[in-house]
Amino acid sequence: MLHFSDLQGSLPGLWEGMKVTLQMLIMAVVGGMFLGTLLALARLSHNKVLAAIGGAYVTYFRSIPLLMVISWFYFAVPLIIGWVTGTNRPIGAFTSCLVAFTMFEAAYYAEIVRAGIQSISRGQMNAAYALGMTYGQTMRLVVLPQAFRKMTPLLLQQSIILFQDTSLVYAVGVLDFFNVAYSKGNITGELQQYILLAGAVYFVISFSASRLVKRLQKRMTV
Amino acid sequence: MISIKNVSKWYGDFQVLTDCSTEVQKGEVVVVCGPSGSGKSTLIKCVNGLESFQQGTITVDGISVGDPKTNLPKLRSRVGMVFQHFELFPHLTITENLALAQTKVLGRNKDAAIEKGLKLLDRVGLKAHAHKHPGQLSGGQQQRVAIARALAMDPIAMLFDEPTSALDPEMINEVLDVMVELAKEGMTMMCVTHEMGFARKVANRVIFMDRGQIIEDANKDEFFGSPRSERAQAFLSKILAH
Repeated sequence: MLHFSDLQGSLPGLWEGMKVTLQMLIMAVVGGMFLGTLLALARLSHNKVLAAIGGAYVTYFRSIPLLMVISWFYFAVPLIIGWVTGTNRPIGAFTSCLVAFTMFEAAYYAEIVRAGIQSISRGQMNAAYALGMTYGQTMRLVVLPQAFRKMTPLLLQQSIILFQDTSLVYAVGVLDFFNVAYSKGNITGELQQYILLAGAVYFVISFSASRLVKRLQKRMTV
Repeated sequence: MISIKNVSKWYGDFQVLTDCSTEVQKGEVVVVCGPSGSGKSTLIKCVNGLESFQQGTITVDGISVGDPKTNLPKLRSRVGMVFQHFELFPHLTITENLALAQTKVLGRNKDAAIEKGLKLLDRVGLKAHAHKHPGQLSGGQQQRVAIARALAMDPIAMLFDEPTSALDPEMINEVLDVMVELAKEGMTMMCVTHEMGFARKVANRVIFMDRGQIIEDANKDEFFGSPRSERAQAFLSKILAH
């Protein structure tokens, strides 16, 4: 039933695709968490303008489909950059997708980080302030390290979702794992087989990662 | 050293401090007591600017705490504070807890900060626990570390906010012993506490607060001998009954 004419020959190509997927994932996770942390700090800020900007950003990006963000950054943003700078240089599908993922995921990470910061008691901040630390030092040295420890399982879970979402880059032609599998299927006329294979690979990776996170969570709460 | 003049504070419509005034001279030990909710913790937190106040002035070593131009972190780095719930940093070891603010706030080099921290840890009798995390220590031990951490900054005065209220009875004395020793060495101290034994032993003055007001501000002997206000008498008879 599931017959592949030349799976062996497709493997190097599929591996290249997986490398693109993982590269995208890692860069978007790092960028997303960084931007997400800044957004969380903005939302929690006493400065009303900053808090409003942070809130609007998070609400906006959580209210639109990811596929739309990806297309928007691929088609519209280069156009805007072109208008502004007067040059007509495409930024490339990989880069535009990376920016889209980073900005989109940041909204989700921001909410996790915000909850993490709020879970650290006011007394810890007071203790840091009482020792003469500034707001920045208090956050960087005392609050965020504790918050991130508590949030790690949630952040990883969100990253697993992002891993699955990276397959959406197919829409703008980035050759990630899914897109490679899809084209191989098209070329060989074995589309069903390749899509099932790709699905199995996504499932196995996400499922094992999710189990690992669960185990980590158990160990951390005990 | 610490001068509090006509300080009032509101949470919304609710007034938590009403026209509080007092002074703590250099080398003096002042105990602040009163029923819970009387504003004593709030008042002591106003001294290093952890709580803001709407009226009055507080100066520490001549520097105004309420002035928006004051460099609060710098002022706080010179005033030690010890909290009811210790507030050691749980993600750091005891040594790191002691060294963190010394290096990051005072800019001391790491080795000097660790050496100083360990010396103070030895002084509170906990040198053997230097490598542990706070969670591995008992409440009394954590509070002694917290005192050492504050002392590592070479403070000009120390604020204690109910330092023994969260402790099991058998651990209270080990913390009070450290505080008594500190008082005898001439440290300027302002202590919110219910430990009247401690007050009798080392306090110069006792302040009694109720409903956000300073009701009584008297020499220790005067306070324990014949408190003038009825509320202070009632309070004393309650906590000294046993």
